[in-house]
Amino acid sequence: MSDLAPATLAELMIVASSEAWRDNGEVLASGITTIPRLGASLAKMTHSPELLMTDSESYLVSEPVPLGPRGDYKPKYEGYMSFERVFECVWGGKRHAMIGPTQIDRWGQTNLSAVGPDYAKPKSAVLGVRGLPGNSICHINSLFVPNHGPRVFVAGEVDMVSGVGYKPERWGPGMKQDYVDLRLIVTDLCVLDFGGPDHAIRVKSLHPGVSFEQVQAATGFPLLQAPDLGETPLPTAEQLAIIRKLDPHNLRGMVLKNDPPALRAAA
Amino acid sequence: MALNKQKSAAEAVAALRDGMTIGIGGWGPRRKPMALVREILRSPLKDLTVVSYGGPDVGMLCAAGKVKKLIFAFVTMDAIPLEPYYRKARESGAIAVEEYDEGMFEWGLRAAGMRMSFLPTRVGLATDVLAKNPQLKTIASPYADGEVYVAMPALKLDAALIHVNEADRLGNTLVRGHDTFFDHLYARAADHVIVSSEVVHEKLELDADTAKLNPFERYLVHSVVHAPGGAHPTYLGPNYGWDMEHLKRYNASASEEGGWAKYVEEFVSGGEVAYQTQIGGAERLAKLKLPVF
Repeated sequence: MSDLAPATLAELMIVASSEAWRDNGEVLASGITTIPRLGASLAKMTHSPELLMTDSESYLVSEPVPLGPRGDYKPKYEGYMSFERVFECVWGGKRHAMIGPTQIDRWGQTNLSAVGPDYAKPKSAVLGVRGLPGNSICHINSLFVPNHGPRVFVAGEVDMVSGVGYKPERWGPGMKQDYVDLRLIVTDLCVLDFGGPDHAIRVKSLHPGVSFEQVQAATGFPLLQAPDLGETPLPTAEQLAIIRKLDPHNLRGMVLKNDPPALRAAA
Repeated sequence: MALNKQKSAAEAVAALRDGMTIGIGGWGPRRKPMALVREILRSPLKDLTVVSYGGPDVGMLCAAGKVKKLIFAFVTMDAIPLEPYYRKARESGAIAVEEYDEGMFEWGLRAAGMRMSFLPTRVGLATDVLAKNPQLKTIASPYADGEVYVAMPALKLDAALIHVNEADRLGNTLVRGHDTFFDHLYARAADHVIVSSEVVHEKLELDADTAKLNPFERYLVHSVVHAPGGAHPTYLGPNYGWDMEHLKRYNASASEEGGWAKYVEEFVSGGEVAYQTQIGGAERLAKLKLPVF
């Protein structure tokens, strides 16, 4: 352990993210952007080798592809996964994606499209709903939030519901809600899940040095505490070694402002 | 065969009319028919409804005021996630939008290509895609399950623009990149297809493995335009990567006073030959490394 620098918060979040894919079986693990992707990669390299992953372009690979310029590394292709096939995979439900939406509400609904009260003239046009409506109604999803605050975790409903959640009023008769399966939200403060009554959002673990009150103050709606609320575990030496191999250019160090250490007191 | 669909970009684009619904192949900053987009920028065409998995194609058409309505799921340049001119158009309320999930969008193109009025899907239910598109209707399964679906309407295109690696004068095409995206569906959904190509052969004569790279039939194609570097500044695998330097410059122009006019003056007004010279020609294209994802 002495040859390794202490874990960063980003690395702790990667380990926390990887837990989302534990015991999912043979599904396509899609971690979108640096930390979720490293989380999925770590899951496949450690507890869940049965996961399928892509090279983030169009091929299935038997070993997660390192991030950034690869030097001599040759991806280990095992199949093909064009966008057209990704959609087929989505509709068939054999996928668990983790993405970072712009807004999340108490029902787990997400927004990646437009922020502000006027959809015709939004305050901020983001990307568009992308694949969120389909992902959220077809397969397992987890969420990633690098900047836990009330602008992300909004008080009311998100401005443009892109990904579905558990708000009963949104589901009319005959609409099949059975495949909606929201699992974890990994933020820079904590890990949340949907294990409360009627899928209410709960704090499952707090990152070292973070209090429940701090998380609640940074969230626009009331949170529950999981009965076994604990501290998010620090990465093990083995996990750190794998993460650092998968991300040789330290792209994970650029996700969070000033790349803080996992143990904040140690800063 | 006397069939010869080869035209200049200007001749091909002259077939388009104001108010048309135009599909643009590719995906974000990948294999976009940019030479044809630039030709539209130089044309008097207006009031277009643009249907696209959007990248700088959408941004540039918005910047030039060509877009009346955008039918889309996203607009992005990947490494530069937010497309600046799309955002300006959207945030100023300058364009109308019809926003769909990526898969609903595919379904709409598929329905059009199959000459169906709609295809059912679960996708879109319980989201604001329905609320913001009041024209969308749901439909109940006529079978015992009675499940309620979105009836995704056909996205019928007046014309589609597609860029490929190779083509011949008959309209046969080859796409050599890792992913052909949904260009085959754009071609099937459109009444009129304009293909631009890095290379135009008299007649493609292929071995069986290469023939598999043909994404759609030539009977769908009306015009073939020779456009080397025609996807620049987007990524055309395996020929060239996206031009980050150019995309950054384009992106920066959006925050400069008169930035778009300057961009047009420098890169668009002079025509495609001047454009390719301006960006550094074949030598520059050869140096654009393929993106690593």
